[in-house]
Amino acid sequence: MKQEDFDLLSTLVRQRSGLVLTPEKAYLLESRLFPVARKHNMKSLEDLAQALRARRDETLMFDITEAMTTNESFFFRDQKPFTLFQKTILPQMLAARAAKKHLRIWSAAASSGQEAYSLAMVCAEEAAKLQGWKIDIIGTDLSREMVNRAKAGIYSQFEVQRGLPVTYLVKYFTQIAGDKWQIKDNIRQMVQYREANLLADFGPIGSFDIVYCRNVLIYFDLPTKGKVLNAIGNIMTPDGFLLLGGAETVLGVCDRFKPMPGEHGLYCLSAAYPQGVKAVG
Amino acid sequence: MKTCLIVDDSRVIRKVARQIFESIGYACTEAEDGKVALDACKTVLPQFVLLDWNMPVMNGLEFLRALRQLPGGDKPSVVFCTTENDLNHIQEALGAGANEYIMKPFDADIIRGKLEQLGLLD
Repeated sequence: MKQEDFDLLSTLVRQRSGLVLTPEKAYLLESRLFPVARKHNMKSLEDLAQALRARRDETLMFDITEAMTTNESFFFRDQKPFTLFQKTILPQMLAARAAKKHLRIWSAAASSGQEAYSLAMVCAEEAAKLQGWKIDIIGTDLSREMVNRAKAGIYSQFEVQRGLPVTYLVKYFTQIAGDKWQIKDNIRQMVQYREANLLADFGPIGSFDIVYCRNVLIYFDLPTKGKVLNAIGNIMTPDGFLLLGGAETVLGVCDRFKPMPGEHGLYCLSAAYPQGVKAVG
Repeated sequence: MKTCLIVDDSRVIRKVARQIFESIGYACTEAEDGKVALDACKTVLPQFVLLDWNMPVMNGLEFLRALRQLPGGDKPSVVFCTTENDLNHIQEALGAGANEYIMKPFDADIIRGKLEQLGLLD
């Protein structure tokens, strides 16, 4: 790929999604954008870049961003963040919100919905403690295709085996064809999905007690990471929790958050929890 | 070293599975049907069994039921690994004492994930 084409395409993707593509990632651009070029009746990425120079075609730019930001996800990814949710975060929040009996949870960059549905399944496992509670789980993603997939809640045989215990498959999914499984309505109704860009104003999304924003900051450059974390800080309740991915941190990025000692990936707002929190059960 | 018994009538599947288990530090033995596997378990119980369903002589479900009757036979973690991919088979397997269930085709990620859930991955 020509340098000027790489620059044009990577700049476009960065402006729209925050995704930083270094020159070593040129292969990713090529493999993901070639199908987009084909769809628009072009033979190469050179043609694609040329078309963008000639005209800022909104549909084309939308398709390019979608293709570059679509990422694989799986149920109970890394497992620990969900054990943490069940044993530490949820009990802590149930105590803190005992009067209101209302919790709001955000799965940011929800991809095809596995993270939000995993949290919903944990809530279903804890149903006895959640009697009379209102639990809102909101999943957002930049990609329309991903949001639609998440809403449908239909997964391949491969997807339902990665990370998902078979007992949960039996309990929370219906087999709709030989190798397709759909999440059951009672779990699906616990989650609302919508399109949202982490780089833009979040709009009237409300405030959240728990935010899962995992494996998305790694794609951003430092100032963008700081901007996104700051925006998340603005919509979190003062005693809320933030979960980041295994390779992500707030340290040196945003001083509004501090890590919770002994709980890798878990953060709270800097003023909260001088004594820390304890796991229950 | 953790031990794994791979039970499948396909030599190719046994070889693929063996590579995956050895790469994560398991010592593997193989059996081509349920009867051979059961005889092996009567001598020494493995910590983990990867189990096909449809095999000649003795199938996976019959093996599992017999294994669970052996002294200490409740200890090994047994994970089915089969082309049978419907809910009835899964429920029957769990009812017979299977710990997990893999629908073929599988890959290393799926096996590692299941081992992690069972607490058998370091």
